[in-house]
Amino acid sequence: MSMQVILAQALLGLNVGVFYAMLSLGLAVIFGLLNIINFAHGAMYMLGAFIALIGYSFLEQWFGISVQIGFWASLILVPLLVGLLGVTIERLLLRRLYDLDHIYGLLLTFGITLILQGLFSNYFNVSGTPYPGQPESLSGVVDLGFMYFPTYRLFAIVFSLVVCFATWFFIEHTKLGSRLRAGVENPDLTQAFGLNVPLMITLTFAFGAGLAGLAGVLAAPIYSVSPLMGADLIIVVFAVVVIGGMGSIMGAILSGLALGLVEGLTKVFYPPAASTVIFFLMVLVLLFRPAGLFGKEK
Amino acid sequence: MFKHWKQGLVGAVAAATLTLPLAAAGALSDDKIKIGVLSDMSGVYKSLEGPGAVIAAQMAIEDFGGSVMGKPIEIISADHQNKPDIGASTAREWIDAKEVDMITALDNSSVALSVQGLAKDKKIITMNTGAGTTALTEEQCSPYGIHYVYDTHALPVGTATAMVKNGGKRWFFITADYAFGHSLRDNTGAVVESLGGEVVGNVNAPLSTNDFSSYLLQAQSSGADVIGLANAGQDTVNAIKQANQFRIVQSGQKLAGMLVFITDVHSMGLDIAQGLQFTTAFVWNQNDETRAWSERFHERHGAMPTMVHAGVYSAVTHYLEAVKETGTDDSDTVRAKLGEMTLNDMFVKGGKIAPNGSMLHDMYLVEVKKPSESNSEWDLLNVISKIPADQAYISMADTKCSLVN
Repeated sequence: MSMQVILAQALLGLNVGVFYAMLSLGLAVIFGLLNIINFAHGAMYMLGAFIALIGYSFLEQWFGISVQIGFWASLILVPLLVGLLGVTIERLLLRRLYDLDHIYGLLLTFGITLILQGLFSNYFNVSGTPYPGQPESLSGVVDLGFMYFPTYRLFAIVFSLVVCFATWFFIEHTKLGSRLRAGVENPDLTQAFGLNVPLMITLTFAFGAGLAGLAGVLAAPIYSVSPLMGADLIIVVFAVVVIGGMGSIMGAILSGLALGLVEGLTKVFYPPAASTVIFFLMVLVLLFRPAGLFGKEK
Repeated sequence: MFKHWKQGLVGAVAAATLTLPLAAAGALSDDKIKIGVLSDMSGVYKSLEGPGAVIAAQMAIEDFGGSVMGKPIEIISADHQNKPDIGASTAREWIDAKEVDMITALDNSSVALSVQGLAKDKKIITMNTGAGTTALTEEQCSPYGIHYVYDTHALPVGTATAMVKNGGKRWFFITADYAFGHSLRDNTGAVVESLGGEVVGNVNAPLSTNDFSSYLLQAQSSGADVIGLANAGQDTVNAIKQANQFRIVQSGQKLAGMLVFITDVHSMGLDIAQGLQFTTAFVWNQNDETRAWSERFHERHGAMPTMVHAGVYSAVTHYLEAVKETGTDDSDTVRAKLGEMTLNDMFVKGGKIAPNGSMLHDMYLVEVKKPSESNSEWDLLNVISKIPADQAYISMADTKCSLVN
């Protein structure tokens, strides 16, 4: 096995890993701060990709608006739209379930997932529609010495890493972030200090959803946009969160990247195991370190 | 209540015993002919068969006059979702409750094998236009199963032979991980090795993989001359597009699409697909006859026909002719008639349905045009050579079908 092959597969693994990291980050933020197991996270990712696709290809055909929303605009607009949907879901539905067991939130968000998937399967090909809006400036190939790597994928890796670490920095090292964490730790006391905890919770959920939408836009030019793209990914992402430690921000990011790499390298050594290696690791982590690699025992 | 139910059952049995001899005596068993189109209507194979196959079957029925022996011809269609169990349960319902006389389309080899097996027990003719596996006419052949358009023996004969002769000796396969892909890989490998080539590696990718990059890189590092894509539909398109992203062809390796449809070439565009060689049973703009039919199809479907769409039209037409000539829808009689006929229409010239169910006809090796050679949106292919039926298909001397040898 040459070094060249291993490096190439590792880079591809990292490519998958940044998507794991971005999605598990959103899940971890929502779980850590709101205690909700958000099953609709994959659907938000799918929705992000579809809004970008519709904005680029279908606005004129469907709505008679002769505007085309390009990739860069989507990168900003789509997370806002998906975040807005997050606000709606949190305010109208999830809010009523906070006093109940976690399982109710999980069931509700699972239902939302099925509705969104069904809706898009009705109008779009299940096997995927290509997103043609990849910007010209990112369409080339970079010669890395050991392989040719598409510029766009390189951009997706760097961009996602920046977003992940900015989020971590924001939550762990800024004043607003510390207030957010205080609101989680002791909502009543925090509210007594005059902070609007319900608003913080809504915005956190919206932020998590927006992050998933952003990952969807980034994924659209690489993979085909399909109603099931989120469902395919969400189970793996849950495993990533469990391995990283439920609620740990840095844990979600690092384990997302690491597991992408592990999956990529498994494809070199024993391809049939590539789709299961993450779950195998999850079982090991649950057996020997139930709180996850970066989680704190409670 | 129970009594009524029992009476009804007795009545039904009596009615069934009454109609059975009638059918054998030469009439239509339920005063109509019903054709079932069972295809992938929403997944990876939607654009190569799917809703277009229903349109092709409708055109065949309309061109036939809409009725046979004064009785109406009906059509029924459903989505098998690429799942053998769903395909078989739909076919069972059609045969048992909806009086379907013939089932066509059946893309996806796993679905095709399960439905053909069921139809064999139920004595219903299947005219498979979409699946590839040779098992349909070899190990699992059926007296009622006809394989109409192409199979995994006919595909590599043209393409692999041409590529090995041009120096592509070392092959690496990316294989769709189910019956069709395995069958295609094995048959292609056999052709390559029989010509002095070598298979240096293989990787199985699940059906509807959307990221082929890691498989492509394995193929690249294997040092093979040719990367054989033993898959179809959206999988082939994704693999070829991504090979282009990773500059695989530019680095000196050749891609061989073992099963490529004109819709795939259209979706990739000539910039990406140019120079790709593959084997097909039908080229829409090959002559005036094919062009005239294809343009009618295009008007209704919005895309030019694949070989499978043209095959559905041809299969349904010949089935109806056999029913008309024998004056019955009895499967044994109609199948015997189909075996005697020489098939001629815009899709096939001088075709013969062999005892193992394989429809023997000429195939064509084609090459995707350069963008500068193309005159219109769908003007995509050049025919390089004709592969005669006796080379393309397994001969009756070599077949493993128990009905023959």
